[in-house]
Amino acid sequence: MTISNNIRKDFPFFNQKVNGKRLDYLDSAATSQKPQIVIDSLNQYYSFGNANIHRGVYQIAEQATEQFESVRDLIKDFIHADRREEIVFTKGATQSLNWVAFGFFKQFLKPGDEILISVMEHHSNLVPWQQIAKLTGAHLKYVQLNDDGEFDLEDFKNKLNHHVKVVAVAHVSNVLGSLNPVEEICRLAHDAGSLAVVDGAQAVGHLPVNVHSLDCDFYAFSAHKMFGPTGVGVLYGKYDLLNQLKPVEYGGEMIEDVDYQNTTFKDLPLRLEAGTQNIAGVIGLGAAVRYIDQVGLKEIETHNSQLLDSAFNKLSNLPEIKIYGSKGALKHHDIISFNLNGIHPHDAATVFDSLGVEVRAGHHCAQVLMRYFNISACLRISIHAYNDEEDINQLITAVKEVQRFFKH
Amino acid sequence: MANLMNLYREMIIEYGESPHNFGEIKDPTISTELHNPTCGDVLNLQLKVANDQIVEIKFDGSGCIISQASASMMTDLVKGKSLKEAKNLKEVFSKMITDPDFKDTDVLEDAEILQGVRQFPPRIKCATLAWNALEKSIMKMEDDNG
Repeated sequence: MTISNNIRKDFPFFNQKVNGKRLDYLDSAATSQKPQIVIDSLNQYYSFGNANIHRGVYQIAEQATEQFESVRDLIKDFIHADRREEIVFTKGATQSLNWVAFGFFKQFLKPGDEILISVMEHHSNLVPWQQIAKLTGAHLKYVQLNDDGEFDLEDFKNKLNHHVKVVAVAHVSNVLGSLNPVEEICRLAHDAGSLAVVDGAQAVGHLPVNVHSLDCDFYAFSAHKMFGPTGVGVLYGKYDLLNQLKPVEYGGEMIEDVDYQNTTFKDLPLRLEAGTQNIAGVIGLGAAVRYIDQVGLKEIETHNSQLLDSAFNKLSNLPEIKIYGSKGALKHHDIISFNLNGIHPHDAATVFDSLGVEVRAGHHCAQVLMRYFNISACLRISIHAYNDEEDINQLITAVKEVQRFFKH
Repeated sequence: MANLMNLYREMIIEYGESPHNFGEIKDPTISTELHNPTCGDVLNLQLKVANDQIVEIKFDGSGCIISQASASMMTDLVKGKSLKEAKNLKEVFSKMITDPDFKDTDVLEDAEILQGVRQFPPRIKCATLAWNALEKSIMKMEDDNG
C-alpha cells in the first residue's frame, strides 16, 4: 500500500520543514500538492510554448492549440464522456456550477418549480441554487442526512416529485467524505422528470469517475484538487443539454461572425470558452491526468482508503473527540471532520501548525451543514496519495498535544 | 513552541475560557453583529451609552480562545470610558497587533498581552473581531447623530 513512499518525492512541496518539523500536509481537500511534472509543464509552456490558441498561423501557436485541445481528449477519456465537445474548460468547479445554474437552468425555472440539493453541499453547489431560486421564484429544498450521517436516500425519494427540475449533489462530500449514491440519485431524478447535476470536486483524482454510467447531466470539477494548477476546471454536460447552455460571458474566440447588431457563435465547446483561456492551466491539468494514470487511479484509491481507515481508527480511539458523518471508516473517502470537546478548532489548528501538522479549521464552505450539526466550525483532515502512516501518527501526536495544552 | 506559549499565555486562556461581560444587555443603545467568515464564528456586541459614555457593554456568540479573550479584555477596558477614548483604544490595539515597533501599549492594560498574536497572522482576525465590532458600533452612532 505504500505508494506514497515512492511518490512523496515527486512533490517538491515536501522538501521543506515547518517550524523545523516534518511537513504533514492533511489539507488536500482544500487543494492538493503538485508533482514536479505538473510544475514543469507550466514552466515549459511559458518558457517555450507561449502563444495564444485557436488563432495563430505560426507553428508555435499551432502547437499550443494542439496541446490545449489534446487535454480535452484526455479529459473526455478520463471521465468517460461520449464526445470531446462535452468537455468545457472553466476556471474551476465553482464557475462550472454557476454556469449550469445561470447559463442553463435560469432559462427554464419558473415559480413553483423545485430545486433539490442536500444539506452537505459546498457553498459552490448551494449558493448558486439559492440565488437562482430567488431569481426565478423556484423553491430550494434540502435532502437531510440519515442516522449514519449519510445522504438520506429515503428522504430524497420523498422529496422528489414532478415539480423538481434539478437535483444537485456532491459526488463526495468535502466535509463528511461520504460517497453519495450519485448513480441512483441520477436515475431517480430522471424517473421523476428532473435533471441531475453532480459536483465532483472531491471525487476526481480520488476514484474512477464515469459520467456515462453515472448518467448525470452535468458534472463539475477543479484541476487543483487533483494535482493540477489552480484557476482551471472542467464542466461536463451531455451534448444536447450543453448545447442549450447560454454563455454567461461573451467575447473573443467564441464567435463565428459579428456585425453591428448581431453575432453568431461557434459550436461547442468553444462557444462557452470566451476570451483567452488559462492555457498553461489546461496544459497543467493534462500533466496531472497523465501523472494520475502513471501512478494508477486504482492504486491511489486503495492507498488512500487504507490510510483513511487507519486514521479513522486511531482518531476514534482518542478520548473527547467527535467525528462527523458515518461511524464506518470505509464510508469516509479521504476526508474526516471532527471536533475536540471544549477546544475551538482554530485554537487546535494553530497548535497543530506549530507541530507541522497542517489541517483545515473552519466551516469548510459548508455552513448549512455546520448549522445542521449546530456547530460553527470543525477540524478536517483530508489525504491524498502522497500521505503516509507517519502523517497520521503525527496527527495523533498533535491531537494529544492539543488536549494536553488546553487541559487545566 | 515558545511562540505558541506566548500566544496562549495563561491569562489569555483564563479570559478565553471564563469570558468577562458575556451575555446580553436588555435595552442596548446599539448592538452590532460581526462574523469571522473564515471560521463561521459570530460575535454580538451590545453597548449602553449615556452622554457619550459607555455605561454598559456585553458580548455573546461563539469563538476561539483568542477571540473570546480579546472580547473580554476589550469590554473590561472600555466600560466607563467615553466613545472618543474607546475609539482611540481601538486604534492603539490595531497598531499593536500589526506593527512590531509600536510600543505605547500600556493604555490597553490586560489586552496588551494579546500582542503575541502578531506572530500568527491567520489569527489576527480572531483577536480584532471584538474591537472591529466596537469601532463599527461607535461609527454607527456617530452616523446617526451626524
